[in-house]
Amino acid sequence: MMQGGLSVMELDKPLLREMYYRMRRIRRFEETAEELYKRGTVVGLLHLYIGEEAVATGVCLALRDDDYITSTHRGHGHLLAKGGDAKRLLAELCGRLDGYCHGKGGSMHAADLSLGILGANGVVGGGFGIATGAALSAKMRRSGQVAVCFFGDGAANQGIFMEVLNMAAIWKLPVIYVCENNGFGQYTRYEEATVTELPIGARAAAFGLPTAQVDGNDVIAVYQAAVQAVERARAGQGASFIEARTYRLRGHHMGDVGFARRYRTKEELEEHMQQEPVGRFRRWLLEHQVLSEAEIQEVEAQVEAELQAAIEFVNRSPIPDVSTITEHVYA
Amino acid sequence: MPEMREITIVEALREALAEEMSRDPTVFLMGEDIGRANGVFNVTAGLQDEFGKERVIDTPISEAGFTGIGIGAALTGMRPVVEILFCDFMTLAMDQIVNQAAKLHYMTGGQAKVPLVIRTLMGAGRGAAAQHSQSLHAWVAHIPGLKVVMPSTPYDAKGLLKSAIRDDNPVIFFEDKMSYQVKGLVPVGEYTIPLGVADMKRVGSDVTFVATSSMVQVALAAAEVLEQEGISAEVVDPRTLKPLDKATILESVKKTGRAVVVDEGHLSYGVTAEIAAIIADEAFDYLDAPVKRLGAMDVPVPMAPVLEQATVPNVEQLVATTRGLFGRRY
Repeated sequence: MMQGGLSVMELDKPLLREMYYRMRRIRRFEETAEELYKRGTVVGLLHLYIGEEAVATGVCLALRDDDYITSTHRGHGHLLAKGGDAKRLLAELCGRLDGYCHGKGGSMHAADLSLGILGANGVVGGGFGIATGAALSAKMRRSGQVAVCFFGDGAANQGIFMEVLNMAAIWKLPVIYVCENNGFGQYTRYEEATVTELPIGARAAAFGLPTAQVDGNDVIAVYQAAVQAVERARAGQGASFIEARTYRLRGHHMGDVGFARRYRTKEELEEHMQQEPVGRFRRWLLEHQVLSEAEIQEVEAQVEAELQAAIEFVNRSPIPDVSTITEHVYA
Repeated sequence: MPEMREITIVEALREALAEEMSRDPTVFLMGEDIGRANGVFNVTAGLQDEFGKERVIDTPISEAGFTGIGIGAALTGMRPVVEILFCDFMTLAMDQIVNQAAKLHYMTGGQAKVPLVIRTLMGAGRGAAAQHSQSLHAWVAHIPGLKVVMPSTPYDAKGLLKSAIRDDNPVIFFEDKMSYQVKGLVPVGEYTIPLGVADMKRVGSDVTFVATSSMVQVALAAAEVLEQEGISAEVVDPRTLKPLDKATILESVKKTGRAVVVDEGHLSYGVTAEIAAIIADEAFDYLDAPVKRLGAMDVPVPMAPVLEQATVPNVEQLVATTRGLFGRRY
């Protein structure tokens, strides 16, 4: 069996293990956040990445530590896949002082500039300009860095997408536009809001960008496409576009359960559950004897320990003092 | 005294850009027609020849896109100076300015810095009608996280632009299109003017004019007229709206006991209201008359010159308003 068009032999075991670790870590982080939200420990708006883990993981594994990413309102997966700290992210979701943004940003603005994570974004399409500008900056500084812009199918309908595609093309910028098509823009189905006669990539192709369409639940396929785009960007050949087809297994955000029945059926959701990327990759690793059940459980235990430590970290972390409100308005 | 020479605001701005680009390789310029075309108002004339196409970038007509790109570059080690040709077009980039640039430092708990300057053009006076003549500085002054600069002289323009470029925050720098050819003395050598320090453009004892940008010239001319009538007007130019030098404004008003605030933004909900409120709040006991305000009429800017000129505060209006504060007939 092939996954992502590669045979097992062509991929090395540490990389495959790392893929599973990162995906599993995102999944369990999100489930933990979901649980803590229900208990009132996580506050504010919470958009879960469950079901889309393979996209962030496949792309970020193709990146260097100093490469840039911009993320979305559904951004925990991107930050974690790029190497972000689960403790500080969870603390941020809980509005604690030791969170990434000292409780000022929350889920939608988590960032780790030291890892090139230029921030999640509360505005749909908010990362287009920032990622493209980071790519311009990398090119001007001749740093060899690339920038990845994660965005959803909903954001593809924002006008600024066309503006940055044009500039990325004319200036040959080292930027990769990764469209996570999860089937829904908030509560509106992709096919109702977006032309489907042509893929979203046709918009990028119209500006001359090479485009790829991959199964976004196949982490190896995503990784392969990202590797190609990254090589191209680093070689000075300019921008690329990847559409990763995936499926949002949770609501638009926590607390919108009532909406669910209006935009999708239980049957549709159950069908997609069968294809969810983390379990699928676990089965694949076992079937192809890449990892044994014991080795997989070791990865899973590592993730559990990390999340347990994150919860303890949050419990120890203070709620910020109101005196901090006026800090960081200006640099 | 440093050696001085007389240059225009356009020349002063160009010197500031060239000097900052020379001293700091991370400074670069982006905007519509700023390179090969020398800038629509000649501010960037010759800079592409001097610094190359990579540092003086002609952009497509995509305000949201290139402003966003400027933010991304600023986050990652560069100091972009983005030009938005008319501030009317700033509306196309408002998400970038208001939701992204202004808030990234705060939202990321101080991690992100956005050392971005947006140079843009304001003001009526060229018969350019309602989409090329607005003065929208109050919009951005309303937003925490942005700094707002509006120079009125060549000396201020140069010193403030250099400081804006060196500032680690997003700065919106408003240039008045009718003031570009205003001349003034500027030192030959290097200097900067800190953001947040008002300048006393004229010393007086009977009334304080707080005037911004092109209205500084109006205030100075009105002060000359009033001098003939025995009214001594002091002119305070805040130079930056954010941060605002409240202390200098209040000190002047406490001395004179009267104040008129003049600004080219629309009168309603604007800069004049803010400054008048500060004076009323913090210098009430010193006031001998109500604080008066002059701003642009609350209409879209009309094209026909006679109509257009009537919408903007002028010397006659300021003189008449001031006479009223002294119980004199118009």
